[in-house]
Amino acid sequence: MDGVPPLPTDPDVDLHVPAQRTELRRGLASVLAVVALGGALGALARYGVGLLLPPAPAGFPWGIFLVNVTGCLLIGVLMVLVTQVWPAQRLVRPFLGTGVLGGFTTFSAYVVDIQRLLVAGEVVVAFAYLAGTLVAALLAVQAGLSATRAVLRRRVPS
Amino acid sequence: MTVVLVALGAMVGAPVRYLVDRAMQARYGTDFPWGTLVVNVAGSFVLGLVWQVGARHGVSPALLALLGTGFCGALTTYSTFGFETVRLIETGRRRRAAANVAGSVVAGLAAAFAGGALATLLW
Repeated sequence: MDGVPPLPTDPDVDLHVPAQRTELRRGLASVLAVVALGGALGALARYGVGLLLPPAPAGFPWGIFLVNVTGCLLIGVLMVLVTQVWPAQRLVRPFLGTGVLGGFTTFSAYVVDIQRLLVAGEVVVAFAYLAGTLVAALLAVQAGLSATRAVLRRRVPS
Repeated sequence: MTVVLVALGAMVGAPVRYLVDRAMQARYGTDFPWGTLVVNVAGSFVLGLVWQVGARHGVSPALLALLGTGFCGALTTYSTFGFETVRLIETGRRRRAAANVAGSVVAGLAAAFAGGALATLLW
């Protein structure tokens, strides 16, 4: 990682990053507006996936599973690009990361689907979904990070 | 119509997540992703409540779209949770990563059941 700006820990907003500490001062309205707009677009995309893959009452929630894993892959790609390729674009991370990907993925539906499966007595499906999403999502973040870093290293040999 | 309600709920949920995350970091620092944990647990509580009201009495699809799919869906996030966990592992803070995963799932589930219990009590 020599010479490469460090990735923040929190992609939504990380107060370690000087520019993010002051981003509200430089335009509260613009940051909140792009987060809101991105959030709406992400939520609509999630709603669309739900229409294509409607949840079965006692089945594995494939729609939300795919949404969350895809969103995790993309946040890994995005955060490397935001940090290394577009460091000066102050609204890209709030729009695409906090907004679109944050609005697309969801923790509440993940948890409530596990609850619903448990209440319905589908204990095996509930735990398979709980653990399956966790493992796939974390691997997806890592894959997004590693693949994007590798591509950038090839394109811009430092 | 449903599409508009999903968008409206999310236009509130996503900025609230951003502001809560900032406020939590300003107050409690950035050693542990408290901000994301708080919004994820809070959103799980609200969705657990809405879901239980719906299961017992039926809830209008409009309200479910606005509050559930829109607001709770955008207030909570898996991408930020996943990214923060991977970054904690990458930077050698494995215990915190494990605590984040276990804490988010356990507290989220407890909140969803608590929301459901409150709904049963009130309605």
